[in-house]
Amino acid sequence: MAATAARDVSGTSSVIEMRNVNKWYGQFHVLSDINLEVKEGEKIVICGPSGSGKSTLIRCINRLEEHQAGDIVVDGVTLSNDVTHIEAIRREVGMVFQSFNLFPHLTILDNLTLAPIWVKKMPKKDAEEIAMGLLKRVRIPEQALKYPGQLSGGQQQRVAIARALCMRPKIMLFDEPTSALDPEMVKEVLDVMIELAREGMTMLVVTHEMGFARAVADRVIFMDRGEIVEQNEPEEFFANPKNERTKLFLGQILHR
Amino acid sequence: MSDDALPSGERRQLAPPITDTGALGWMRRNLFSSWANGITTVVLVGSVGWILAGFLEWALFTATFTAATGAECRGGGACWALIREKYRYIFFGSFPYEQHWRPLFAVIAMLAMLVLSADRRMWNWWLLVIWGVGSFVTFLLMFGQIHIPLSLFLFVALVVGGIGMSLRRGIADAGEMNAYRALAAIGLIGLVLRIAGILPAWSLAIAPLSYVETSLWGGIPVTMILATYGLAFAFPYGVLLALGRRSNLPLIKGLCVGFIELIRGVPLISLLIMASVMLPLFLPSGTTIDKFLRAQVAVILFAGAYIAEVIRGGLQSLPKGQFEAADAMGLSYPQKTLLIILPQALRVVIPPLINTFIGFFKDTSLVLIIGIFDFLNTANQALVDPNWAGFPAEVYLFAAFVYFIFCYSMSRYSKYLEIELNKGTRR
Repeated sequence: MAATAARDVSGTSSVIEMRNVNKWYGQFHVLSDINLEVKEGEKIVICGPSGSGKSTLIRCINRLEEHQAGDIVVDGVTLSNDVTHIEAIRREVGMVFQSFNLFPHLTILDNLTLAPIWVKKMPKKDAEEIAMGLLKRVRIPEQALKYPGQLSGGQQQRVAIARALCMRPKIMLFDEPTSALDPEMVKEVLDVMIELAREGMTMLVVTHEMGFARAVADRVIFMDRGEIVEQNEPEEFFANPKNERTKLFLGQILHR
Repeated sequence: MSDDALPSGERRQLAPPITDTGALGWMRRNLFSSWANGITTVVLVGSVGWILAGFLEWALFTATFTAATGAECRGGGACWALIREKYRYIFFGSFPYEQHWRPLFAVIAMLAMLVLSADRRMWNWWLLVIWGVGSFVTFLLMFGQIHIPLSLFLFVALVVGGIGMSLRRGIADAGEMNAYRALAAIGLIGLVLRIAGILPAWSLAIAPLSYVETSLWGGIPVTMILATYGLAFAFPYGVLLALGRRSNLPLIKGLCVGFIELIRGVPLISLLIMASVMLPLFLPSGTTIDKFLRAQVAVILFAGAYIAEVIRGGLQSLPKGQFEAADAMGLSYPQKTLLIILPQALRVVIPPLINTFIGFFKDTSLVLIIGIFDFLNTANQALVDPNWAGFPAEVYLFAAFVYFIFCYSMSRYSKYLEIELNKGTRR
């Protein structure tokens, strides 16, 4: 796409490459011939109707889902069944889920320091320092010793973002991060994500928050029935959608 | 004071009516809220009182507490003199009489071990120390002599070295890692040499007391050992079985399912009889495995299968997102299981797990089928004495009382654990 990296500041090497990726759930063709290249520092918003394969696509990148055909190369490492490869990639790729998925039996601080301590073998003290720094960034340092169940949804999702950042990932994947939130909490999470985007993080975000897409995305991708139907810069994407399916979808979500 | 004297927007807090508070209020609400409830209360209290009065009459007021033989127990009430006469046999069985202090202290050591490990603050490496020391003291007292074979030392060296190498990789400095490697190497090479017969069958003998073989053990230490070690080994074994049953590898999954279904499909008694009668037939002649140990293993296998199913219930209750979040962070399978999955799954299954534990504590009494003298069996044997014939109720009541103390403690502990472990996680 010509529009790639329009606002890119940090470089031009690609960190994710998907070539002819195909995936089936039984007989259902959930991803068909996906080709996608993501440059370092690029922010990509993926939208599309439910069941279009957008979550599956980003979940293939850290192999929460397995693809059956094609190649996925993340940060120079080709995804295969080799466990060490998968774990290496997961160290570099942070993920934020729709349902937060914080560990309810651990305090917020322990949620954040778990991976650095056990995966990166970082001393506990250093990990806690980094964690507290990140909690300040997501504006909830005072909650560090509470348990996830004691926080609001918006706070939990900000903790989840901080938890992913604790591993100092190169890429962040967001799987509908605001869909499970009450409306008044959506903004506090989006603000954190916008800040992160401005700092140059490579981000793939599955979301229907078109305001967010306009504000930070370098590229908006529209998916339907397992295919990438259309992709473009946000202004162009929203102003002049080319495909009929894109027009229909945008009509449905923008003029509610 | 009228309502309009209050600041606007505030409502006056009224005291509840006097008939709703205090003991009278409580009784009115809970015992006599209607005619039917009143009659039920009177009938129930009356019948419980009547039964209790009859029991106390028998157990206390007309009971005989001292008597030389059963013939002197003719008060019409309970003959507690029998318990007084036989309690040492009931508690310690055929263990040499003048040595009864040994099983007594063994029981105390085990109780101390259990009480200490019940404390959540001990749930770390201390647990290994507590169980190591507690078990050593218990078995040294019971056996009187312990011979630790060379191969056990080598095995421990291999295990410690191996665990150190995997757990401390990337954390420990080079010297510490080399120490683990050396330990593991010594253990491995030593074991190979020992099996090949190059190293002699040396063993370290710790023998401060006279040797008492397991066939003389009896009473409460036997019940406690069977239950404590039965469950202590069955628990991790059950966890492994439960994890194995959810494995993606068909072979492991099949083995675990097969084992669980096979063991669950047969009564414990048949398993005990197999262990005591059939197993020796299959062993090459000359090798014998202690009957007590065989029963212990049978209990472990049996309890393991049940515990596995309880834990599997806990594993299934966890949302998929917990597994995915742990995966996405790059945690390895053991890390994910030990740090994220099991702590949550086990919390969920505390009530059914303790329920299983209580069941197995009582089921250990089935070993009397194969002639092991557990607590219920020694109580039973106390009745055989012709001098004290005719007082089964006293003995069984006494045995029931002792079982109740153990089981009720476990039940209370379960309650405590539930509250303690869910402290922070409740909203």
